[in-house]
Amino acid sequence: MPSREVEITTKVGLHARPIAFLVKAATEANVTILVGRFGQKAASANSLLSVLSLGLQYGEVVEVTVAECENSEAILNEISMIVSTDYGD
Amino acid sequence: MATSFKGNGIVPGVAMGPVHRVLKTLTQSPIVADSAQVLAALDRVALDIELQAKTVKIDSAKTILDAQVLMARDPMLIDALSIAMSTDAKLLEVRAILDETFSKFKKALTDIGGYFAARTADLDEIFSRLTTQLTGEPPQEIVLTRPSVVIAGDLSPAETAMLDLKFVLALLLPRSGPTSHTAIVARSLGIPVIVGCDDIETIAEGTEVIVNAREGEVLLSSSDSQYLLLQQREEKLRSGGSFRIGPCHLLDGAAVPLLANIGNVSDVSVAVKFGAEGIGLFRTELLFLEREDEPSIDEQVQLYVQIFEQMKGLNIVVRTLDAGSDKPIPFVLATHEQNPALGIRGWRLTRTNNEIISRQILAIAQASKIVNAGEDLVNIQVMAPMISSPAEAKDFALRVRAAGLQQVGVMIETPAAVLHADKILPEVDFASLGTNDLCQYVMAADRLDTRIADFSDPWQPAVLMAVSIAAESARKLGKPMGVCGEAASNPYLAAVFIGLGCTSLSMSPFSIPEVRNFIERLTMVACREAAVAALSSVSETQAEERVRNLLSHPDN
Repeated sequence: MPSREVEITTKVGLHARPIAFLVKAATEANVTILVGRFGQKAASANSLLSVLSLGLQYGEVVEVTVAECENSEAILNEISMIVSTDYGD
Repeated sequence: MATSFKGNGIVPGVAMGPVHRVLKTLTQSPIVADSAQVLAALDRVALDIELQAKTVKIDSAKTILDAQVLMARDPMLIDALSIAMSTDAKLLEVRAILDETFSKFKKALTDIGGYFAARTADLDEIFSRLTTQLTGEPPQEIVLTRPSVVIAGDLSPAETAMLDLKFVLALLLPRSGPTSHTAIVARSLGIPVIVGCDDIETIAEGTEVIVNAREGEVLLSSSDSQYLLLQQREEKLRSGGSFRIGPCHLLDGAAVPLLANIGNVSDVSVAVKFGAEGIGLFRTELLFLEREDEPSIDEQVQLYVQIFEQMKGLNIVVRTLDAGSDKPIPFVLATHEQNPALGIRGWRLTRTNNEIISRQILAIAQASKIVNAGEDLVNIQVMAPMISSPAEAKDFALRVRAAGLQQVGVMIETPAAVLHADKILPEVDFASLGTNDLCQYVMAADRLDTRIADFSDPWQPAVLMAVSIAAESARKLGKPMGVCGEAASNPYLAAVFIGLGCTSLSMSPFSIPEVRNFIERLTMVACREAAVAALSSVSETQAEERVRNLLSHPDN
C-alpha cells in the first residue's frame, strides 16, 4: 500500500481544524486511509476522534498510508499535504 | 463582600449595567432508549450543530462547530455507542452507558494533555445535546430581556456565537481560560470580555456593575461619574488621544517616578502613552499562564526582546515567574498543597522547579544582550518575588549576576522581608513593595475570603507600618524602594507611600494620569503629614478619612 512519512509543522500539533480537513478528504476519497506514528497503532483518517486522540505534536513524523486504488497516489499527495501544512496557529 | 473583582480582560471596553447570570441546570432524568434511538438522536445532534454552523457569522465559531459535527458523526463514536448499547443496555441505565462511552473518548484526550485535553469540551457539548435530545426536554435557551452584563460559567462556543448582542453589554466568563473555545469565539463579538476569576460567579443577579475589561476589572458600582471617567479614558485610548508624559515631580520639585505594571507585549505602548517613565513591574507569569507547556528559551527570548525593544532609554523591572497559590501554572505546579499561599510560590519555585527559573533567567539575559548589543540602551533590572530571607536574596542575586545581568532587586511582600530588610537589601540593588501580598501576610487574611475583606485593605495601619519599616531600612542603606502593588494607583495612598519614603510608584498604566495630577500639587511635607496621620490611626477607615481630609484641600 502506498505510504509516506510527513512532519507535523503546525505549532499546536495536529489540531481539530486540520483534522477536520483530513476527515472530509478521507470521507470523500472513500478508501481506507491510516495516519499514525511509524510502527504504532494507526488511526483511521475518517475518524476525527481517533486522529485527535493520537495527540500528534509539532515536529513529529507521521506515516500516512492509503489503500491501493486507482488514484491512491493523488490521494496520498492530498492527505500528506493536509497533515504537513503549517496552519500558523 | 469585595467591591471589585479581577479577571483577565481579553477584549477591552467599558460597560455598565445589571448582571444577568446564565445558569444551566443539568437534569438527571432517566433516559429510555434503545441503540437505534440513541444513534438517531446523535444524528439529529449532528444536524442541529451543522445548521448552527451554517447560520453563525463568526469564523472561529464556525470552525469549532464544524469539528463538532464531525465528532457527532465520527464512525468510532457511533461504533462504540452501538456496541455499548447492545451489550449493557439491559443492565445499566442508558445515561450511564452514554456517560461511560463518552468518558473513554475524553480520557484518551485528557491523557495527552494540553490542547488535546481542552477539546474534551467538544465531547461534553455533544453529550449534553445528546441527552437533552433523548429526554425530550426543550433545549435551555438563553433569554435576555434587557441590556445586561452576562456572567456565564459554562457557555458553549455555539451559545456564545448565538448570543443576542442587543442585550449583551459585556461578557464575563469565570470558568474559561483565554485560549478556551468559548473565549476564542467571544473575542469576535466586539463587546468587552473578561475570562477567569471564579469569584465573579458570586455576584448576585441584578447587581449593578461596571466592567472595565481593559484592566480585567468588575466593580460593584453604578456610579455614573466612575463609569464616565472609565469610558472617557477608554475612548481617549482608542482615538489615540494623549496624556501628559515625562518625569513626575511633587510641588516642591522632588522627583517621584511613576512606572507601569505590565503583563504582555501590547501593554508597553499603553504604558508609554499613559505617561509611564518606565516599567516598574513586568509580570512574566502572564506569558506562562496562557500556555499549556513551558515556552522554550528561544520563545521567551523573542518575547522579552519584543518588549525590551520598546523600552529604549528607559528602565524595566522584570520579575521572575511568580506562580503559586493564586496563579497556578499547569506545567509548573502539580502537587497539592494544604496551604498554597504559604507553600511553594515565587522564588520558592527554585526548590521544586529550579530549571524553569534557570531557563527564564538565561532567556532574560540573552534578550538583554540582543537588545543592548554592547550599549546600555535599556536598563534591564531583574526582581525576585516572595523573598523571605537574606539567604534567598543572596542566592537570587548571585544567579542573576552570573547570567550577566547587573541590576537585581527583591519584592518585599512577606513580614520576614520587612523585619529583615536591613539584612536583605545589602544583597541587592533595589526593592519593591508588593502591597497585595504584604497585606495578606501582615493581616493573615486571605484576599479571596469576603468575610474578612476589611483586612485586605491596604489602608490598614499595620500594613502601612510594615511599609514604613521597610522604607526606613532602604533609606538608611541608600537603596531605592518602590511600591509596585495596585495600592499605588489610589492617589491618596500614593501620597502616603511617598510620605513613608518610597522612591517610585508602579501601577496599572491607566491609573498614572490620575495619580500624576493628584500628587503633582502636593509637597513632600504634605505627603509626610499624610503618612504620619495614617500610621497613627487605629483603623483602616480612620487612616483613609484622615488622609482624605488632610489632602483634599490644595492649600495643605
